[in-house]
Amino acid sequence: MSGPGLNDFVIKIGTVNGTGSASANGLLMKSIFRMGIPVVGKNVFPSNIQGLPTWYEIRVSGDGHAGRSGEVHMMVAMNQATYDQDLAELATGGVLVYDSTWPRPQLESRPDVTVIGVPLSQMCSEVVKAARSRILMKNMAYVGAVAALVDIDLSVIRSLIEETFAAKAKLIDSNMQAVQLGYDYVKENYECPLRFRVAALDQTKGKVMIDGNTAASLGCVYAGATFGAWYPITPSTSLMDGFVKYCKKLRVHPETGKNKYCIIQAEDELAAAGLIIGAARNGARAFTPTSGPGISLMSEWIGFAYFTEIPVVFFDIQRTGPSTGMPTRTQQCDIQTCAYASHGDTKHIVLYPADPGECFDFAVKSFDLAERFQTPVFFLSDIDIGMNDWMVNELSWDDTYIPDRGKVLSEDDLSKMESFSRYLDVDGDHIPYRTLPGTDPKGAYFLRGSGHNKHARYTELGHEYQEVVDRLHAKWASAKDAVPAPVVTKATSPTRYGVIAIGSSDAAVTEARTRLEADGMPVDYMRVRGFPFSTEVEAFIAGHDEVFIVEQNRDAQLHGLLLNETRVAREKLIPVLHYSGEPLNYRFVYEEMMTRIKLRKIA
Amino acid sequence: MTSFVKPKIRRTNEPLNALGLARADYEGAMSTLCAGCGHDSVTAAIVRAFYELSIPTHRALKISGIGCSSKTTSYFMNDSHGANTVHGRMPSFATGALSANSDLPTIGISGDGDSLSIGLGQMAHAMRRNVNMLYVIENNGVYGLTKGQFSASADLGSLPKKGDPNEFPAIDPVAFALSVGATFVARSFSGDRKQLVSLIKAGLKHKGFAVIDVISPCVSFNDHKGSTKSYAHTYAFYSKAVHADYIAPSEEIVAAYDEGEVMPIELHDGGYLQLRKLEADYDPTERGAAFGRAIDSDRNNEILTGLLYLDETQPDLHQTQNMEDRPLNEIPYAELNPGAEALSALQAEFR
Repeated sequence: MSGPGLNDFVIKIGTVNGTGSASANGLLMKSIFRMGIPVVGKNVFPSNIQGLPTWYEIRVSGDGHAGRSGEVHMMVAMNQATYDQDLAELATGGVLVYDSTWPRPQLESRPDVTVIGVPLSQMCSEVVKAARSRILMKNMAYVGAVAALVDIDLSVIRSLIEETFAAKAKLIDSNMQAVQLGYDYVKENYECPLRFRVAALDQTKGKVMIDGNTAASLGCVYAGATFGAWYPITPSTSLMDGFVKYCKKLRVHPETGKNKYCIIQAEDELAAAGLIIGAARNGARAFTPTSGPGISLMSEWIGFAYFTEIPVVFFDIQRTGPSTGMPTRTQQCDIQTCAYASHGDTKHIVLYPADPGECFDFAVKSFDLAERFQTPVFFLSDIDIGMNDWMVNELSWDDTYIPDRGKVLSEDDLSKMESFSRYLDVDGDHIPYRTLPGTDPKGAYFLRGSGHNKHARYTELGHEYQEVVDRLHAKWASAKDAVPAPVVTKATSPTRYGVIAIGSSDAAVTEARTRLEADGMPVDYMRVRGFPFSTEVEAFIAGHDEVFIVEQNRDAQLHGLLLNETRVAREKLIPVLHYSGEPLNYRFVYEEMMTRIKLRKIA
Repeated sequence: MTSFVKPKIRRTNEPLNALGLARADYEGAMSTLCAGCGHDSVTAAIVRAFYELSIPTHRALKISGIGCSSKTTSYFMNDSHGANTVHGRMPSFATGALSANSDLPTIGISGDGDSLSIGLGQMAHAMRRNVNMLYVIENNGVYGLTKGQFSASADLGSLPKKGDPNEFPAIDPVAFALSVGATFVARSFSGDRKQLVSLIKAGLKHKGFAVIDVISPCVSFNDHKGSTKSYAHTYAFYSKAVHADYIAPSEEIVAAYDEGEVMPIELHDGGYLQLRKLEADYDPTERGAAFGRAIDSDRNNEILTGLLYLDETQPDLHQTQNMEDRPLNEIPYAELNPGAEALSALQAEFR
């Protein structure tokens, strides 16, 4: 198992939310990244603005593991309310750093943990006057303390602070002063660095630290989306924030100052869905970011768009359910909802990005698939991907990209046609031609969510209705090889075991698989990236005796979807379920799979 | 039942509009509503209004929700793109559609159930955003398709065909629209073709959200004695406050009018709305007074009609959003793609 050691450990910082600790934590992580060492940050925060416990976990992994490890080696305990919990969470041999302005002897209760007291408040009070500034400077002081303990290069911290406060030079010195206070105190009073520490590497060149929502918003911009509507909901809000930011930067006419986009904050999710469907009907690439509760509300419109064949993209940044659930905690709990959203026979195209890099690529892909197949597409991310900073390859763009607008008839096309029927399968590929309002009288048709025939006319005739819904099913099924193909990681030796996962489970499953193999348990891994399931998915399961289905929900939703949509035998599939709301860690996956494999061997 | 195709009847010497189209060219499928339904009269008025305004049919959008009223979008303008959407949610679809292409004259057809119960929220927000569309509420006080339950516009004490009187006060769409801030608020009656056609034309030419509450009796479930939405009741309590005529930019305003009686209001297309006061003290540009008068009329069982409020000065959604004049759906991708170099540059903050 992992760590702690050189470039291999986990720091967790417990603070009170609303105290400005996020920038200090980001600074710590970024300085390690700037030292060329792979790092990943997980924010575990409350659904609250000020006053509740919040944690930030930084995993330093010279080997480049991107998931959580499941252990904590250094706890920076800045919240007295969670001291007990924070102390308990430390692994044996761990280090607890706390503000010893108010000494807490009870923190010495674990003989296997080293306690490092730094009088942060006291030191800051001596040099800073304003109360708010003291709190902020205390944050910077713990950055300094940690830097001394794990040997982070102070000059890297300084240059990051200089970049942040380029416009307010005064703040550079005061922040650095605070960092130095913490740094110097620890250096003088404790033995530094610890045995787990950082040492500069060269592994972050060409990489960026970015969150999935920001990357997805950039994907929307590059896909040519011009219309976005939304109702604010955690954790999807930052996706629209990103879209607004980049549109303002990149989509305003330089001379007229006029916008080449339209963003509407809707009155609710029902309206958000109606807005994008209306816009898409009129030919704009349109999307809405939301989360599970939003999908529930939008379901009425989703069925409409499916049945009337309107291309729209729904970004579902999943959070725990049911109901309001835990809005700031992660899960993969909308897998089945999104696959079949809305009443009646409905099936959708769903993409499962695994990291911010894929968020960018799949956002673009979502619009192409929506327009190619004239149907809603679901982009299924979650809090872990959407709101945490991941180290990924720098986002890149192919300037030769041309959006796939699918089968849209121009005025010229229509003039050459004798007649036009909206839902007629002219090409035998189950995808009809569509027209945009205002193009040509011949292209006009009546769009309706009620029963319609292939000519888009109202019908209550069973055979006419069936012809339409059968084609819709065939159209959906034909998308199975158009969605991003699964990614397979083969074990170095043949094995009867396989594992399947989607989305944010990838990092933990990848690490667990690597470690299982190192421990003599080879397992093949398939990461599924789209629904309907590609042909290879069924073949992969067929090629193994037992396949673990790792997912982050209680009800084994992916497992259920596989059973429902493939012909695989139920006995072959073994659910591995993690649904506490915390991002998945590799230890959990490793242990679940190892235990099961060992049991099998005994049996 | 499938939809009926209505045969196009061409008469000799039928009048043609500026586009060379006859009124029949603005007709749609055969109505499947009950004989005598007020909605069919509204449909006829819409046909006439679009014909008289010479709007190219394929450039018009007709959008509705669900219900008897919403069915009527297929009974006019066969060559227009229509959409029968989701119950009470037409406003959001229309708002999105107009955001993507603001060039299309858009009419939304709704009913009192679709607008005042399930769709009250969406209607309010379309008004608030001043979406550039005409929104017609075909108001009969009942749910027709589900056989006669009261809607939110049924008056307190109005009698149903069977059962107990309505026990909740009505939501008056006019007072509601005035309170939310709609910029064109009118009421009419399906039995007053002349007034209705004028108002539809005026509403289509208004830049912003125009709502017309049209009393349109339901002959099957709400046209009996004791109903306050029957033909007989409406005729008995009908009063006219302000008449509105649209004067195209090419036409001249009739100069002979008495100051204070006729009020010409300039529109964005260069034409005018000529407002003729039928009620001496009524000022359709005073929102507060219009609201007070609307509330009074509700109290007095009076059905106050005409163009009750107009504000031509407010920016519509397109202006508020600071969008280009060119519709979004006509901006070529080359102008939307920032390119690889920009992507690399903007990632500096993530390195």
